[in-house]
Amino acid sequence: MQIEWLWGLGGGLLIGLGAAVYLLGNGRIMGASGILGGMVDSSDRSLERLSFLAGVIGMPILLRPFFSPAPETHLTSNIVIVILAGLLVGVGTRIANGCTSGHGVCGISRFSLRGIVATIFYIAAGAVTLALLRHIWGVI
Amino acid sequence: MRALISLLAGSLFGAGLLISGMTDTTKVQGWLDIFGQWDPTLAFVMGGAILPMLFAWQLTNSRKPLTGGQFPSKATTELDRRLILGSILFGMGWGLAGLCPGPALASLSYGGVGGILFLISMILGMYAAPTLGAQLDRTANAA
Repeated sequence: MQIEWLWGLGGGLLIGLGAAVYLLGNGRIMGASGILGGMVDSSDRSLERLSFLAGVIGMPILLRPFFSPAPETHLTSNIVIVILAGLLVGVGTRIANGCTSGHGVCGISRFSLRGIVATIFYIAAGAVTLALLRHIWGVI
Repeated sequence: MRALISLLAGSLFGAGLLISGMTDTTKVQGWLDIFGQWDPTLAFVMGGAILPMLFAWQLTNSRKPLTGGQFPSKATTELDRRLILGSILFGMGWGLAGLCPGPALASLSYGGVGGILFLISMILGMYAAPTLGAQLDRTANAA
């Protein structure tokens, strides 16, 4: 599929546009883990955050039928890995105070040292984890 | 008004995550798999997402947010244990399953039972994070 990078670029532009609307409109940094995390620890359960989550979850429901083949997650069926990964992502993003959207997209674009360092570390940790589990131990 | 802007931002974010392939764990893991069949798509997603934000941050210098208030204060440059260790834990989970928080939400309607299980585990992790973070600070101070 030679045009996959074009879909990646187009989708990426939409992600950045969403972050720009959130920043210029509401004056806030668009971070998925921060917005969801604020709901979880009840530090911010405003309608503003709820409607953001409604958009993130709702828009794919509307758009997905127009794609052929429909996008799939291809998530592993290994339940232990799914649970462990979910816990790690939840704990890690809250302790680091950001994920791919907050530290990655919003941080790097303002040349934030914290955003750039966080991104280097989570990509490196992801690559090492995958290399060990896929190529050394053959688990995933 | 703020809720409407959030809905628009979230919708654009959700559409972008779906279209870009970020909710496809084979693509994400393909990008992290530098020792295997490396898939460069995610570099285009990141680049595409950063582009509009470069302009947006420029605009924050001379304007106020549309709905009033202030823009976020200048980014701090302080690097601490929480940032590094948290990012490593997050990266390990990201590599294991290929989902990060945004895509976990965006794929909720088509990620099946596994996707729901991932989201629940992630929320439990977020719930436990303040306690674990405090523990981390204590061991740091003791050391």
